[in-house]
Amino acid sequence: MISLTINDQQHELDVPEQMPLLWALRDVVNLTGTKFGCGMGLCGACTVHLDGAAVRSCVTPVAAAAGKHVTTIEAMATDAVGSKVQEAWLDVGVAQCGYCQAGQIMSATAFLKDNANPSDDDIASAMGGNICRCGTYNRIRTAIHRAAGQEEQA
Amino acid sequence: MNRTVDTLLLANVSRRRFLQGLAAGSALVVAARWDLAAAAEDKQYGAAGMPYGWVDNPNVFIQIDEDGSVTVTNHRAEMGQGIRTSLVMVAADELGADWSKVKATQAPGDSETYGNQDTDGSRSMRHWFDPMRRAAASARRMLEQAAAQRWDVPVDECQAGVHVIVHTPSGRELGFGELAAAARELDIPSRDSLTLKPESEWRLIGKSLGPSHASDTASLERAPAVDGEDIVSGKAIYGGDIRLPDMAYAVIARPDVLGASVASVDDSETLKIPGVIKTVRLEGTSQPSSFHPLGGVGVIADNTWAAIEGRKALKIQWNTEGLDANAGYDTESYRKMLEQRADSPGKVLRASGDIEAALADAESRHSATYYMPHLAHATMEPPVAIARVSADEAETWAPVQDPQSARDQVTEQLGIDGTNVKVNQTLLGGGFGRKAKPDFVVEAAHLSRALDGRPVQLQWTREDDLHHTYFHALSVDRLEAGLGSDGKVQGWRHRTLAPTIMSIFQDDPKYKATYELGMGLTPLPFDIPALSLENGEAPAHKRIGWFRSVVNLPHAFAIQSFVAELAASAGRDHRDYLLELLGPAREIDPLAVGATWNYGEDPERYTIDVGRLRGVIERATEEADWGKSLPAGRGQGLAVHHSFCSYTAIVLDVEVDDQGSVIVHQADVAFDCGPRVNPERIRAQMEGSVVMGIGIGLLNEISASGGRIEQDNFHQYLLPRQANAPREVRVHLVDNPDAPMGGVGEPGLPPVAPALTNAIFAATGKRIRELPVGNQLKG
Repeated sequence: MISLTINDQQHELDVPEQMPLLWALRDVVNLTGTKFGCGMGLCGACTVHLDGAAVRSCVTPVAAAAGKHVTTIEAMATDAVGSKVQEAWLDVGVAQCGYCQAGQIMSATAFLKDNANPSDDDIASAMGGNICRCGTYNRIRTAIHRAAGQEEQA
Repeated sequence: MNRTVDTLLLANVSRRRFLQGLAAGSALVVAARWDLAAAAEDKQYGAAGMPYGWVDNPNVFIQIDEDGSVTVTNHRAEMGQGIRTSLVMVAADELGADWSKVKATQAPGDSETYGNQDTDGSRSMRHWFDPMRRAAASARRMLEQAAAQRWDVPVDECQAGVHVIVHTPSGRELGFGELAAAARELDIPSRDSLTLKPESEWRLIGKSLGPSHASDTASLERAPAVDGEDIVSGKAIYGGDIRLPDMAYAVIARPDVLGASVASVDDSETLKIPGVIKTVRLEGTSQPSSFHPLGGVGVIADNTWAAIEGRKALKIQWNTEGLDANAGYDTESYRKMLEQRADSPGKVLRASGDIEAALADAESRHSATYYMPHLAHATMEPPVAIARVSADEAETWAPVQDPQSARDQVTEQLGIDGTNVKVNQTLLGGGFGRKAKPDFVVEAAHLSRALDGRPVQLQWTREDDLHHTYFHALSVDRLEAGLGSDGKVQGWRHRTLAPTIMSIFQDDPKYKATYELGMGLTPLPFDIPALSLENGEAPAHKRIGWFRSVVNLPHAFAIQSFVAELAASAGRDHRDYLLELLGPAREIDPLAVGATWNYGEDPERYTIDVGRLRGVIERATEEADWGKSLPAGRGQGLAVHHSFCSYTAIVLDVEVDDQGSVIVHQADVAFDCGPRVNPERIRAQMEGSVVMGIGIGLLNEISASGGRIEQDNFHQYLLPRQANAPREVRVHLVDNPDAPMGGVGEPGLPPVAPALTNAIFAATGKRIRELPVGNQLKG
């Protein structure tokens, strides 16, 4: 049994320690907002927060999350920064297919908590691990500035 | 565009039934409808020419409840293009509904009820704008009639306001909800009794709404987005997000070599892995494979990870007997073979004047060979499907571009009566043509049957996706031109070679199909005295398929690059030279140049309009301040292309730094699709096309060696990331409301890669003829 806290709820999971957190979330806990994209930590679709830090859940063994706080997209509405990011995403109309956007929002939220006043270069660097095949990058940049309250840049 | 009666009303129903019969028979209908080129006498165009045609019955698409809520059924696949919002907007506007009271629901695969559902070819709005408006106008008329009965007044005194019917002389009002039950009992009004709202009364259609468009009179704080809130909160349901009781999870080991089958399998180690339930041998298919799965060994488990681990432990011997060509497929040597073949004449597709004389007598002669590799769609959501199959019933949940096609395939390949096959449609995490092929739904169905009807979710991993997709064709295009002493083109020869998509539907024809050639090759709009367009032989060794914009990609890359090369050699400005080559504004008859497919549209309405090509070039170059002075190492590149009944020109402002890295500073896209329904989403499609096109230009490449694809994941198949996006994308929508409506999802893409390589030439003097740019600018 591995115990971990997911979105402030305690879970006891009977899964192998090496199972990636992604599959534990999706197939065992049935939290499907976190997406599978590559399985190698290359695309960012599976990004969640582990004690507040953005991690790629597809390459994070569930054992590495034991005793820690896992936060997923499903809890962003109750996160002060996360909810601002979500609102900005809607205002700007970022999403096209939307599949990568949970991961984008998780990365952007963790990033904005570290850097409240980001430049375009900061964003390009911090968001470089999240692929969007629809090509919504310009709107992601605009939305991050907007969430940061940098209206003049948005 | 205030047409109360349009050409769709003339649809021939018997034709529709004929195609419907075909559709039930085979995936060949998919091929057939692409290639209905040799016009039958009763040929139908547009929506009427599609299998199952169109439907405008209000009861099929619009439901109004007593509480006033309006539910619009979207029957097209939503894959990021925004159709689930845009079609619902059309219905809401025509109905007179308050957007905040409108919901969308998704149709299952049932084209007899909903009409054609095949979401590709950039045709959803082009084909469904009018039927959806008529459906909504009918529903509105029924509400007005119900109000007239309630008030006992003439119906002409009753008119829809916003979510109410108003008795205009008295000002009395009844809400949609109050009238819903009575309206439902009424007959559907005849089509010729309908009056569609004039453009002046539109509140949503054609409006740029939301804070990004502050200059417009926004009636909504945000642009409409049916799934917006679900997406940002993780609640949106994609193919892998359904959870059924007792569901198992699976992956499949498929053969690297196309057509190979399982000779033997040792699954003893697999079955030791905790969570693995069973393995299943799956029949492959001989070629052409159509929408049949590739076969292999399925591993079914309690969760996806156990299935993946179980697959790693399989020991499979593959039988590749009789498949030497596929087993030896090597893209490097294949490319060389095509380049050699380009030295010899191909099948002549279109010719005028004396090409040999024009080339021989030219003042100067130029030749260039362009190469585009195989591409993989790499939708962020890899193919995934859930199926629950018993002996005589099947139900599936999957992200497919054509749920009726998925239903037909499950019906055929599983041998189940089609009336007992239900295909539920989820959102698509990207489509780009990949998910128009429902092979993965059939795989899931076979696995569920093998598990005695337990529901099974089949997940393709990224490796599966890159190794086994239906690849965009590797292409070689050889262009040759002779210029006169004035620098003008006297003769133009284009030889194109690439495996054809038709190779998945029939014994490999080895030549491009009419519709493939019609994507930017045969409709060449230039004003040149001598012309020869030719197609050489190219066999297929992988499944070849549609990729967003399809064969327009290599054609546009070659043609738009070559024009820039000729302009440079003539010492002329590229823009001026391109406009001169196009010649004066005129409409070219697609049939006259052999472009008989014409995207399935009536050649009399949908011509090749040189004036519109000129228009987008002029707009893009003006907006980009073409010819402006730029620092060293920086340059502007231009390209234009007509595809999917729309016109796009792009100017990119590009820097190549000391390290040979490419930075795109600015993109100016001028786009003319005729009438616009959802300008906000049109802009989004152009922005996305620019980024995807930069990926095709700089990064994307699929290669094969020994029949095996060499790219396993995103460390090898490189996609554009945040830093590759232009610093600024500026989309300029060209007003052309009286033109016939064009497509949006695809036509932005073809000109991006040539605009990029033309800009690189302007910045560095280095001409890129081989995609992707990759390391060609380094050291």
